[in-house]
Amino acid sequence: MPQAANIVVSVLFDGLAYAMFLFITSVGLSVTMGLMGFVNLAHGAFAMCGGFFVVSLTRTLGVGFLPSLVIASIAVGLISIPFERYLYRRLYKATDLEQVLMTIGLAFMAIATFTYFYGPIPKSVPLPDWLQGDVNLGFRSFPSYRAFLIVLGAALIAVLWYAFEQTNIGAKIRAAVDNRRMAEAVGINVDRLFTLTFAVGSGLAALGGGLAIQLFGLTPSFAVIYLVLFLIVVAVGGLGSLKGTLLAALVLGIFDTTGKYLLADAGGFFIYAVVVAVLLVKPAGFYGRE
Amino acid sequence: MNMLRWLGLAALAMTVGGTAQAADVKIGVVLPFSGANADLGHQIDKAFDLYVKLHEKDLAPNKVTIIKRDEGPPTGAQAKTVTTELITNDKVQLVTGFVFSPSAIALAPVITQAKVPMVIANAGTAWITNLSPYIVRLSFSMWHPAFPMGAYAYNKIGCKTAAVAYTDFPPGKDSVEAFKTGFEKAGGKVVLSIPMGSPVQVPDFTPFLQRVKDAHPDCLYGFIPSGAHAAGLMKAYGELGLRKAGIKLIGPMDLVPDNKLQDMGDAAIGTIVMGHYAVDLNNPQNKAFVAEWHKAYGPDSYPDFMSAAGWDTMHAIFDTIKKLNGNLSDGAKVVDAMKGWSTDGPRGHVMIDPQTRDIVEDEHAMEIYRQKDGKLGERVLDTTKAVKDECKVLKVGRCGS
Repeated sequence: MPQAANIVVSVLFDGLAYAMFLFITSVGLSVTMGLMGFVNLAHGAFAMCGGFFVVSLTRTLGVGFLPSLVIASIAVGLISIPFERYLYRRLYKATDLEQVLMTIGLAFMAIATFTYFYGPIPKSVPLPDWLQGDVNLGFRSFPSYRAFLIVLGAALIAVLWYAFEQTNIGAKIRAAVDNRRMAEAVGINVDRLFTLTFAVGSGLAALGGGLAIQLFGLTPSFAVIYLVLFLIVVAVGGLGSLKGTLLAALVLGIFDTTGKYLLADAGGFFIYAVVVAVLLVKPAGFYGRE
Repeated sequence: MNMLRWLGLAALAMTVGGTAQAADVKIGVVLPFSGANADLGHQIDKAFDLYVKLHEKDLAPNKVTIIKRDEGPPTGAQAKTVTTELITNDKVQLVTGFVFSPSAIALAPVITQAKVPMVIANAGTAWITNLSPYIVRLSFSMWHPAFPMGAYAYNKIGCKTAAVAYTDFPPGKDSVEAFKTGFEKAGGKVVLSIPMGSPVQVPDFTPFLQRVKDAHPDCLYGFIPSGAHAAGLMKAYGELGLRKAGIKLIGPMDLVPDNKLQDMGDAAIGTIVMGHYAVDLNNPQNKAFVAEWHKAYGPDSYPDFMSAAGWDTMHAIFDTIKKLNGNLSDGAKVVDAMKGWSTDGPRGHVMIDPQTRDIVEDEHAMEIYRQKDGKLGERVLDTTKAVKDECKVLKVGRCGS
C-alpha cells in the first residue's frame, strides 16, 4: 500500500477508536443535560468509578475483562440511582452555579475516596490474549484493542439508536428533551424517565471508564482531568442529541488524531480550534436547539 | 522579693538557653499529592517519611517539624502560592520536594528574596540551579542521563538514526536537547522530533507513535513524566508493534519507573534506559534501603529513582542540621554547608558540586528483561562514574548564564 494511503488509513482508524471512547463516555452526559438542563460535573466520577470496579473485578476477583465491563456498568448505573433520587433531585430547580458546585464537590469527594482505597498510582487491567497485539485484515494489521473499541462503539450506537428512535421510551425521552412541560402535560412521567436515563448514562460512563484504562491508565483524578473532553463533546454535539454527540465525537476524535499526527507541534490546539469554529457557526452545537 | 525576682530571672534564662540549645527546625515539603502525577509525590514523600522515622533520633537534641503542602499540577502556580505561604506564614527555614520544573522555576525569585534555601528532590530542568544561589539540587539534571545516552545509543545500541518524542514542557525539551547533543556528537542523526502534549493529562499516544512508526528510525528516544504517562507510552509502543517494526525504545529512567514496571508487561522488555537508580542496583546501601522500604510499605511497594533522590535529599538536610547545630536562620550559610556534601546512598556515591550546587552521580545504562521468577527486572549494562550536569559544563543555552 502506498505510504500516503497508509497514513490516511492509520489516522482514520486511530481517530475512530478515540471517537468511540469519547462517544460512549459522553452520551449519557449529553442526554441528561438535554433532558433536565442539569449540569452534572460528577459524570467523570462515575466513569472513574466504573474503571476502578473493572480493576478490582479483574485483578482481585479474577473475573474476565469483558464480563467485568458489563458488571461495572450495571453496578455504577444502579449506584447512580440513589444519587439522582436523593441528591440531584433537590437541585433541579436550583441555579446552574449551585448545580455546578454540588456536582464538582461530589467529583472531588469521589477522587479523595478512591485515592484512599486505591492509592494514586495508575492502574492497569489484564487483557485477554485476543485483545493484545494486532489483527491482520489482509492489507495491513491494526491494534486489536482499538479495533475492539470501534466494533463495540458501533454496536452500542446501533442499540442506542434503536432505543432512542424506535421504542416508546425513546420517543418519550425525545419528547421530554424537546419540551418538558408539554411532555408532562400529556402524561409522561419525566422524573422517572430522568432517573432511567441518568442510570443508563452513568452506566455508559462507567463502561467508558473501564475502556479508558488501557488507553490512558487509571488514576482517581480521571474524574476531573478528562471531564473537559466530555463537556466539549456535549457542547459541540448539542445538548440531548444522540446524533449530535456521535457527530461531535467523530469530528473531535478524528481531527485531534490527525492534528497530533501531522502537526504535533500544535499539540492539543486542534481540538480547541475545532470547538471554537463549530460554536461560532452553531452556538448550540451540531444538533442543539438554538 | 529580691529572691523571687532572682528566681524568675533564672527560670527565664533557663528557658531562653534551653530553646537556643535544642532548635526545632521547620522544613516545608512541597510535593504533588493530587492530580495525574500524585503518585510521584507519594514516591518521594514515602522516602522522606522513612528517612525521618529512622534518623530523627540522630538529630538530638534538635528536632525537625515538617509541614507538607500540595504542589498541585505541573504548572507552578499552586506550588508558588503554597511555598510562599510556608515561608511567610509558617516561617519555614528550608523548603524541599518539588517534583515539577515549572514549580522550581516559578519559585526561584521568591526564595532569592526570602533567602530561604530550596533543596530540590526531583525537578530536573538543567538550568534551574542557575536561577538562584539558594537552590541546591539532590536529584539530577535532565542532562545527567540524556547526554551520555546519546553516545551510548549510537556506539553500543546501534542507533544510527533516532526519533525523539517528548512531553511538551521544560524538562522534556531539555532531555531531548541533551540527548540530541550527545547523539549528534557521536555521529547519529535525529530524523523526527515530536512534542506529545502537556504534562497535565495523559494523551492518546497512538497518533504520535504511529508517526514514528511511519518514519522508521532505528530508535525512539522518549521522555515523559514518570507517572501515568509512562504506562500510557509503553502501552501505545506495545500496541503499535514498534519493537517488531525494528524501532528500539530508549530514554531516561523515567520511561520505566520501578513502581510501575511490573504492570508494563512484555512491551517493556528490551527497553534500554540511562539512569542513576533502579531497585535492582547492586550496592549495600541500596539493599538496606529497599529492605527498609518493603518493611515500611509492604512487599508490593517499590521505591524508584525519585524515592532514592528523596532519601538522599533528607539525608543531606539532616547532615546540614547537624553541621550547623540546628541554626538554619542564615540561608546562605545553609547553602554553603551543603556544598561539597557527599554520601554513599541508594544511588551509590553522590556529591553536591560546590560550583553549581547540583548533584554529581553515576549513570548506568540498564536493560529491562524477564527474570527467572517471572517478574521484570533491570540489569546494568554499563556504568559511567561521577557524571556532572553536562549542560552547565558545556554552557548550553540558559545553562551558560
